[in-house]
Amino acid sequence: MIDQTVVAELTDIVGSSNVSMAESDRITHSYDATKEQFLPDVVVYAETTEEVRRIMQLANARKIPVLPRGAGSGFTGGTLPIHGGIVLVLTRMNRIIEIDSDNLIAMVEPGVVTADLQREVEKQGLFYPPDPASKEFSTLGGNVAECAGGPRCVKYGVTKDFVMGLTVVTAQGDVIRTGGQTLKNVVGYDLTKLFVGSEGTLGVVTEITLKLIPKPEAKKTLLVQFQTIEGAARGVSAIIRAKIIPTTLEFLDGATIDCIREISPIPLPPDCSAVLIIEVDGDPQLIEKQVGKILEVIEPLGVVDVRVAETPEESEEIWQVRRNVSPSLRKVNPDKFNEDIVVPRSRVPDMIRALENLSREYDVPIVNFGHAGDGNIHVNVMVDLREPGMETKVHEVMEKIFGAAVELKGSLSGEHGIGTSKARYLGMELDPATIVYMKAVKQAFDPNNILNPGKIFTDPEELQAPV
Amino acid sequence: MSKNKTLKELEEQIRQCVKCGVCQAHCPAYRHNRKEGDVARGKIALAASLLDGKVGLEDRLEQDISMCLMCGSCVHKCPNKVATPEIVGAIRREITDDKGLSLVGKSVSTVINSKPLMKMLTKGGSLLSPLVLKKVPKSSGLRLRFPAPMMKERTMPDLPFRNLFDRIPEFIEGEKDKPVVGFFAGCSITYVYPQIGIAMIDILRKLGYSIHIPRSQKCCGIPALSSGAGKVVEELAATNSNAFGKYDEEHIITACASCNGGIGEYYSSMKGIDENFTEKVIDFTVFLKENGFIDKLAVMERWKEREKVTYHDPCHLKTQGITKEPREILKALPNIDFVEMENASLCCGLGGTFSVYHYECSKAIGAQKIPGLEQSGAAKIATACPGCIIQLQDVINHAGMEVEAVHILDLIKEAFAGKA
Repeated sequence: MIDQTVVAELTDIVGSSNVSMAESDRITHSYDATKEQFLPDVVVYAETTEEVRRIMQLANARKIPVLPRGAGSGFTGGTLPIHGGIVLVLTRMNRIIEIDSDNLIAMVEPGVVTADLQREVEKQGLFYPPDPASKEFSTLGGNVAECAGGPRCVKYGVTKDFVMGLTVVTAQGDVIRTGGQTLKNVVGYDLTKLFVGSEGTLGVVTEITLKLIPKPEAKKTLLVQFQTIEGAARGVSAIIRAKIIPTTLEFLDGATIDCIREISPIPLPPDCSAVLIIEVDGDPQLIEKQVGKILEVIEPLGVVDVRVAETPEESEEIWQVRRNVSPSLRKVNPDKFNEDIVVPRSRVPDMIRALENLSREYDVPIVNFGHAGDGNIHVNVMVDLREPGMETKVHEVMEKIFGAAVELKGSLSGEHGIGTSKARYLGMELDPATIVYMKAVKQAFDPNNILNPGKIFTDPEELQAPV
Repeated sequence: MSKNKTLKELEEQIRQCVKCGVCQAHCPAYRHNRKEGDVARGKIALAASLLDGKVGLEDRLEQDISMCLMCGSCVHKCPNKVATPEIVGAIRREITDDKGLSLVGKSVSTVINSKPLMKMLTKGGSLLSPLVLKKVPKSSGLRLRFPAPMMKERTMPDLPFRNLFDRIPEFIEGEKDKPVVGFFAGCSITYVYPQIGIAMIDILRKLGYSIHIPRSQKCCGIPALSSGAGKVVEELAATNSNAFGKYDEEHIITACASCNGGIGEYYSSMKGIDENFTEKVIDFTVFLKENGFIDKLAVMERWKEREKVTYHDPCHLKTQGITKEPREILKALPNIDFVEMENASLCCGLGGTFSVYHYECSKAIGAQKIPGLEQSGAAKIATACPGCIIQLQDVINHAGMEVEAVHILDLIKEAFAGKA
């Protein structure tokens, strides 16, 4: 598939130092945060739209798979080169082209790290809200490809709500521009939204126009401990019913708290079996009122303790509790199966109950935490794969979990995407006709199926990987 | 048997990497090059493949493994605390075993015992740098870190005529009821900045301690570790731990963050090293805090004219969680006003022998300190590692700034000496 002429042409496009078939380079571009590994045939670093355009033309002519790659921190296999081919690394396309404080937009290249952009815009009193947990290293290109979310999405929305326009190189090597710099734009189809969350299967994004908002003046963080998970779940509903949309509304269940009790900077006594971390932001006077209201509506729900951070340090201490979670999970068991189902927020208590039942039924620990405010629950099935039969059992549990989420009018994935790891469950949520239309879109944009082949859809007949 | 851990012995650590990518946010080399092979996750993947026999010690792998400052920033932030610098060290030793020492590595291992020659060289003749360093090929770690002919652009401090050991006795008697402490000076303080060592000893004297500064101490071994010279590290570790103990020192104090990371942190990861030695190793800022010395500074009358001074976190202190103590000292000093700078904890870019092989990258990493430094408005940037001082001053000089890089001990000395 990749012969010397291909390598020569790639070298001609990006220069010899940016093309490598060395074993070690193939290894270091073979994985993502799923820990799965598939070797690409060649690794290419591109730095301009023009380079990407020429690479795509070449790949399309030769029918070579192309895997656009940013930080490689995805959880669903989005950047895994499962059919080999070219890993197209975009981390060096990392210029912030413009921050326009008159029109409240930023133009960036896809390799810009999310938190780097946030720091830059905040210097100018502006704000880019989407805040995936990986924001310190994930790239905006990756955020766009997966439609990343984060805790702040409760109030502000997810990546797609902030993407105004894109420059995209198509599978056939055409450069197209979607959307633009205006909030209102109804000319033609909204291709911008189509590309956001398309997991690198429809095109390679080389430039992104993002919407910014003014930076909130102040914020206030609360940590509320509840006697029961029901109490916490009802707390979420009570806050929303009180017409308050907090910036973040995170919950930790009892199993999660057990993992962090010893290391938590804030004491979590044994009678605390659920925690809500609530943050509100905006006008200082308004948020004071909101905090008062929140405390009032949760009061009757079995509250063990309330802590309201008065200083940035105290707020940081509360968030430290949340950050302690992920690294501590392995105390339960060595292998983590992490899914990010989402249900309508009023159904969170039902979903939690379903998860508790599954945990009991299959006798596997399930640790749950996440974004209660938008119904996005991070479900962690913790097992030891060395136990015989565990692999099959895990998949069975997963399927049941997805089933329960769909049953409650929810979804398989809130923010991680489908990739390879959830492809087999796609049909649980989407009906066959919908999948047919989705595949038609893929076919129209990428007739040779060279862009990130084998992701999202698994039907081998219609979307066969090129050989 | 090797005292350094082999790659195989680090396997369990290697398999602990969950490939989350957090290290990308903290790796100075990756932040500059944006290439996966540069970051801890990439190197760990290579280590795993080496163990599985899926890759050999090919050139590209060697390049990736050389692209590490061994600063430990990745370990500090890693959810599973995978010890990448140890893993990189082990691979570098395998490369050395396989292909022999690099040119730089060779110079250190053959001359490691010729301290008298180094002494003679610093005493004699022209002391103009960088000419001097050209003439000092025989120093242990220094020669490894700053081989002048290979780094024509690097600006270097002048070497003093008399080194630390020429200026102080091996043992200084203190007050009867006070214990003995040891002082591990390290190459940079001994030969480049003896005044830092003198300042340390003056403070210890003021506090009434008896001080042991054994002449038999040698380089901590960080430059050798960084260049894959495993045997040299082993020899140095043995020599240094044997150098102390004669007076049953209560602590062994370092005033160089790298040396602390070497004789404290790294030695304790080695097999068969005397724990009694490594457990006594303490950074001077922590020691001074424990002794209430900071309170003594805080009650001194504040100078009328004070300079703005900011602080740079040396990696080998930062990764051990020593970030508050140096700042507390600076805040207490009467002769300066401490100001924080943005990116205070970013690596300076020196990284053992890293800057020798990758001077351009090293400079670029260091240059990331400049905007924060400029914004702070500081006249001086203080730190607790002589290596950082050399690198920071070089970066500042290249940026055309007037700021001076100093050691915290320089400032303490000034506070006690009064305005010159």
